[in-house]
Amino acid sequence: MRKSLWILVALSGAFAVGGIALHRGETINAMWLVVAAVCVYAIGYRFYSAWVMARVLSADAGRATPALRLNNGRDFMPTHRWIVFGHHFAAIAGPGPLIGPTLAAQFGYLPGTLWILVGAVLGGCVQDMTILFMSTRRDGRSLGQMARDELGPVGGLAAIIGTLTIMIILIAVLGLVVVNAMKHSPWATATVFATIPIAVLIGLYLRNIRPGRVLEGSLIGIALLLFAVVGGGWVDHHPTLRALFDMDSKPLAWFVIGYGFIAAVLPVWLLLAPRDYLSTFLKLGTVLLLAIAVVLMRPEIKMPAITQFVDGTGPIFGGALFPFVFITIACGAISGFHALVSSGTTPKLIGSETDVRLIGYGSMMLESCVAIMAMIAATLLEPGVYFAINSGPGVVGATADAAVATISSWGFPVTAEQMHELAREMGESTLFARTGGAPSLAVGMASIFSSAFGQGLLALWYHFAIMFEAVFILTTLDAGTRVGRFMLQDALGHVWKPMAQTSWYPSVLIASGLVVAGWGYFLYIGVVDPNGGINILWPLFGIANQLLAGIALCVATGILVKSGKLRYAWVTAVPLAWLAIVTTTATWQKVVSSDVRVGFLAAAEQLANKLASGVLSPEQAAVAPKLIFNQRLDAALAMLLVAILWIVIADMLRVSWRVVKGLPVLPSSEAPAVALAEVRT
Amino acid sequence: MKRRLVDLWKVLRALATDDAYERYLAHHAEAHGKAKPIGRSEFYLRQQQSKWSGVSRCC
Repeated sequence: MRKSLWILVALSGAFAVGGIALHRGETINAMWLVVAAVCVYAIGYRFYSAWVMARVLSADAGRATPALRLNNGRDFMPTHRWIVFGHHFAAIAGPGPLIGPTLAAQFGYLPGTLWILVGAVLGGCVQDMTILFMSTRRDGRSLGQMARDELGPVGGLAAIIGTLTIMIILIAVLGLVVVNAMKHSPWATATVFATIPIAVLIGLYLRNIRPGRVLEGSLIGIALLLFAVVGGGWVDHHPTLRALFDMDSKPLAWFVIGYGFIAAVLPVWLLLAPRDYLSTFLKLGTVLLLAIAVVLMRPEIKMPAITQFVDGTGPIFGGALFPFVFITIACGAISGFHALVSSGTTPKLIGSETDVRLIGYGSMMLESCVAIMAMIAATLLEPGVYFAINSGPGVVGATADAAVATISSWGFPVTAEQMHELAREMGESTLFARTGGAPSLAVGMASIFSSAFGQGLLALWYHFAIMFEAVFILTTLDAGTRVGRFMLQDALGHVWKPMAQTSWYPSVLIASGLVVAGWGYFLYIGVVDPNGGINILWPLFGIANQLLAGIALCVATGILVKSGKLRYAWVTAVPLAWLAIVTTTATWQKVVSSDVRVGFLAAAEQLANKLASGVLSPEQAAVAPKLIFNQRLDAALAMLLVAILWIVIADMLRVSWRVVKGLPVLPSSEAPAVALAEVRT
Repeated sequence: MKRRLVDLWKVLRALATDDAYERYLAHHAEAHGKAKPIGRSEFYLRQQQSKWSGVSRCC
């Protein structure tokens, strides 16, 4: 009976995957993607994760976890697995899985969807589960510590540099997404601004009025946030207020930079913690709502399976299907950042080693599912509309007429009237060149939501979606800046002792300032770039995130080999090899390609030539030197990232070689096994 | 039915970490006996401080 059920799941999955791969009609129903995804996840979880847990990791239900051995009632504490699952999922799911698939939809719905499914089941979920398991066996040690303990100082240092770099680039790109969503949108700007005092209010409530009553504080906060969405609409209709919140991207970028600095130096209870509670509830609620709406509405996907842009000429970002679809979709398929969370708070809450499967593998499956939803929301738009929203003016032309002419000539018909009408429905002045993924996702979500839960509320749903994205992007921005600050304080402490004191104010201000200046620089350059900046920053972020995944998989592979599991090491080594191929190829192309839309150096060269020959307008000439410098800096940064990855791979291979040859290596840092019975008595 | 609702409420509180202080008190009573536990407000502040000194949010 059981067996026939799983055969049915396998057959439905194969049928659905085959269906989406071979379908060549005008449209395809989104349910095909949903069924394919659910079946693939079910099979991956039921069989592969169980096998990895039992054979490769040798999970032992009778072995006491650190939560049991070191229980202190606070950070170490055995917790029910579904509760830990909730916490862990809330921690790993950010804006990444929403943005990546939206951008990658320029290749059509098929490549991104297949990579999300295969990448998650064989790569991302395995990485998250393995690192979570290994950290649990090591009293909840961080990825950096495990790299140092198990591979050596080189691996440890690489992990720290990798983490800091990815943090800087991540925050810059997310900041850019928010700025692009608020640019000349009084409604969105007013709503996003209002979220800050609301968070502070809830912070005061949770500290002074009803300490620690998170549930009621969050309910009040969510109600206020929803009110802010409606209030933003009033601002939009008020002539004076409207003008006040109608801002260009430069001042908005300065606002985000200033906000990031203040948020990083304020006490956490005042802004960061309450904002995070609000964004977590909002995120879980919206993702659930989106899933329900997709199943209820079963929308038709209008994007072709594969577009002509697989050749590398895509308007949203340059570069061919291989390797760029694997760089663009990191979160949702495999995200190195998760390894940091999996080796942070989560392992300290796990009550039994066997829970790691649900928490590590399961949470990543759900995150991957979010990425599929984002892919559906992006591809149900008319392709012409999708490209009009997401293409920068540098590619399709600065005026509405030029843009629609260019996009229609690609075979994706769209008219200026259609775009104007859509913008009017969404309560925006224009939707042309709203790059970054957030606005097109919001349009997609608004059309699903309004058809499922109330026609005619398009503008409200659109701004709800924008607010939803902005709230947790800003949370990631706060939290990331703070983590970057701690890491920098720690590093500077080696140079000058007092800098390591995390609460010493001069050190706090200097370290926060440096981190904010780091991402602020990239954000600012992105804003002045006529191509929108996302096309440069997002691939760089993808490379950085995959680099971190590569480091995590190196640590995991090294530990497997050291613990006598050489014949199972392929479980982490195969995804590692794939990531190494993908990131190295992508970096190579980003640096040396002669296509100016792909190669950093070629683009710098072309702009330098234009500047020298005097064909640029005065405004373009004013920013050109900055853009040229930035392209060269990006090339150097990408090469540095890949060099780090290969150093860690070499270090892991060195350790593995020594193990195979029977030479001495660093001892295992695994905590000694303690039987469950010994802790209980 | 009533039990179900009570259970659901417990899960919600646990997911929101609303019950963190009670769990701390229970643990404290068991492990440290007579020593005085810290207050709810103080506990909340320490909990936030430790939560936000590591990587607890992702992309």
